[in-house]
Amino acid sequence: MPTLGSFALLLALALSGYNLVAGAIALRQLATGARGRVSPERLAETARRAGIGSFIAVTAAAFALVWAAFTNDFSVAYILHHSNRALPTSYKFAALWSGQEGSLLLWAWLLTGYGFLLRLRHKVDVKLTAYASTILAGIQVFFLLLLNFAAPPFSLVSGTIPQDGFGLNPLLQYPEMVIHPPMLYLGYVGFSVPFAFALGALMMRYPGEKWIHITRRWTMVTWLFLTCGIFLGAHWAYSVLGWGGYWGWDPVENASLMPWLTGTAFLHSVMMQEKRGMMKHWNVWLIFSTFALSILGTLLTRSGLVSSVHAFAQSSIGSWFWAFLVIVLAVCLFTYVLQRDHLKSEHKLESLVSRESSFLFNNLVLLAACFTILWGTLFPVISEYVQGNKVTVGPPFYNRVAVPIGLFLLFLTGIGPLLAWRSSSFKSIRKNFILPVVAAFVTAIVLIATGMRPWQDSGAFYSLVAWSLAAMVTVAVGSEFLRGARVIQRHTGQNLFASTIQLTRRNTRRYGGYIVHFGVVVIFIGLAGSAFNQSKEQELNYKQSMTMGPYRIECLDYSQDSNPNYDTEYALLDVYRSGKKITQLAPEKRFYQASQTTSTIVANHSTLAWDLYVIYAGKDPDNGQPIIKVFLNPLVAWIWIGVIIVVLGTFVALIPNMSAALAASRSRVQVAEAPVLAATKGGN
Amino acid sequence: MRRARISQIGLLTLLLVFTLGSADTGVRYNDLSHKMMCACGCGQVLGECNHLGCPDSEQMLHELRTDISKGQSDTAILEAFQAKYGPTILAAPMLTKFNIVAWVVPPVVLLLGIFGTFALVRKWRLRTVATPAPSAVRGFDRIRDQIRKETEI
Repeated sequence: MPTLGSFALLLALALSGYNLVAGAIALRQLATGARGRVSPERLAETARRAGIGSFIAVTAAAFALVWAAFTNDFSVAYILHHSNRALPTSYKFAALWSGQEGSLLLWAWLLTGYGFLLRLRHKVDVKLTAYASTILAGIQVFFLLLLNFAAPPFSLVSGTIPQDGFGLNPLLQYPEMVIHPPMLYLGYVGFSVPFAFALGALMMRYPGEKWIHITRRWTMVTWLFLTCGIFLGAHWAYSVLGWGGYWGWDPVENASLMPWLTGTAFLHSVMMQEKRGMMKHWNVWLIFSTFALSILGTLLTRSGLVSSVHAFAQSSIGSWFWAFLVIVLAVCLFTYVLQRDHLKSEHKLESLVSRESSFLFNNLVLLAACFTILWGTLFPVISEYVQGNKVTVGPPFYNRVAVPIGLFLLFLTGIGPLLAWRSSSFKSIRKNFILPVVAAFVTAIVLIATGMRPWQDSGAFYSLVAWSLAAMVTVAVGSEFLRGARVIQRHTGQNLFASTIQLTRRNTRRYGGYIVHFGVVVIFIGLAGSAFNQSKEQELNYKQSMTMGPYRIECLDYSQDSNPNYDTEYALLDVYRSGKKITQLAPEKRFYQASQTTSTIVANHSTLAWDLYVIYAGKDPDNGQPIIKVFLNPLVAWIWIGVIIVVLGTFVALIPNMSAALAASRSRVQVAEAPVLAATKGGN
Repeated sequence: MRRARISQIGLLTLLLVFTLGSADTGVRYNDLSHKMMCACGCGQVLGECNHLGCPDSEQMLHELRTDISKGQSDTAILEAFQAKYGPTILAAPMLTKFNIVAWVVPPVVLLLGIFGTFALVRKWRLRTVATPAPSAVRGFDRIRDQIRKETEI
């Protein structure tokens, strides 16, 4: 199998190389009108087929590695270092991305997979797809060069083959780790497709905005994967690392957030290009930056340039990524300089108080947030270069600098949909804004009246602002739904709920977007709760108890156990509220034999109000009693609920609109359809 | 005169909002423990480092409690920790020398962006030449007015 895997990777490199070279020659011939021995159309077709073949070859390589993991083939060095016999089956599959070489193979597999779909669907626009396919082939060549020469996953162990492997990092032995990295990679890698289309469209001076229509779904799906990947990572950190938090502003976390921010900005600003033919330069650079940031994130975490507790796959391949990043930026810049006259805007911004300007400011704030994170991540390196010593840029910096930017973004989320395209009159602003603003003020007053003291610390102040803005945005989003649904209700006689469904189905993109905005609001509500986290640590013997908030936690038992994979110490805790037992928790501390490392298994009782988050912190060496650390984290569940709403909203936005004809046939009052349709298609 | 007085009162209120409660020892302990990293290399803020067998966090937290009880100022405590454990012990750069750049650059970039956007929009608006609407658009205007009326809350 290792031989098959190595050969498959070499074959994939050859096929991708052919796709790149033959594709480039064919496109050059098509552009200049030159003819060779083979017609450019046939040459381009062979390039496309080679690209499809590269996916099959990389799939074979990935299969060979997974097979080696499942069959405990410890002659493969990668399997020796990232698996062992006692490792459960699902985690053996996860071994594919637990180390440097495997994760690069996963990247290459996903990249060729995306390329496979793109090349299969080439008829959507043969020439543009040929450009995109050739550009993707260039990216494939880079990753396959890495896999063949810098980080080969099928290297064999020299000397005697050990009987058992060193095991998988215990932190990765958690169910979410089976889906978090693939999700994140699907996001990172997926941005290659809109990038390839954007660069291809610019190279061929593609007329119109069709490339945006073609890539819209790609971009949204990619964004969705990245969103899920980021939040699965946050949930994993919350459940496994055992420090009571979900986001630590670690460089690896930051690396995933940066392309997400620019990707989000791109998703918003392409609407300006579609609707008004504006911001073409900006959009091209946004997608270039998003792709470059995906590569930069990988570079930061793998090169050792910045230190991270999450970098499970660090090595010296950073120089390869540097070189690739420089080449990518050089190609982008060269193409842009050559073709920038093609990107002339069809309209100009007419008013500062308009939907367009809200998109512009939304983009600005998203990019400012991205810059702040990049700046904070790189500042230790800059400091070392300038001052000769490294400094740490940790949570206090981001909380102070990035949180206000985030709140400003939340504010824009609320006001953007209330502004009209081109220009908004003062009268309409007053009419649309009065309710959301009142909601914000009422929320703030109610929170202060119920005991919140924003003047006591900055955390409480930010939380108050966040919850007030959340109320504002919720009312703004709700009123948008209500406004449209009432029009439909008036003309069709349906109830309000049915009207809302119909409204959403008529313009899924717009109303799906609003659902996403609402999800973001719910996430912010949850994030703001972190200002009121409480924690307590105590030794608990049999029948002893401790209180935390409204809960009483009583130690029922503590013991230890073992299985072939790990030894475990745990405590059994009964949780009471108002004298009534509500649940039993069993926090654990595991010791993995193969890797000789420990990990925490958190026990969490989650409700909408707060999480009772319990950690087994070990035994007191003097008396052998378990030490229990308890956190009471308010509103954490809202974050995960918010993510589910974001996912649902994105799915809604991906569904094609209900056709106007169908809508008309279902409507009882057909004459009034024109204004209804126009009302629901007013903007996104 | 009245406006100036209102502004002064507003400013004072804001100052009160941001300074109240800062002298509380518990708040100071919590605040300072979140301004430093644990020296063990786990990458966690000192106040949140709770992993099994950490060789440093207990000792560091004890030192912090002692320093606070001695009545030392926040800056003096942070400088003492920095001198003992090195500059990377601080969870964020202090406002000294070059490090101030870390704090200043992001807001400056955001402000420049905002001013730049305002300037750009103003430039575009000045360039925009009003063109009379073609007759075919009139029908749309009527429909749009109808939509506005019908979609009002």
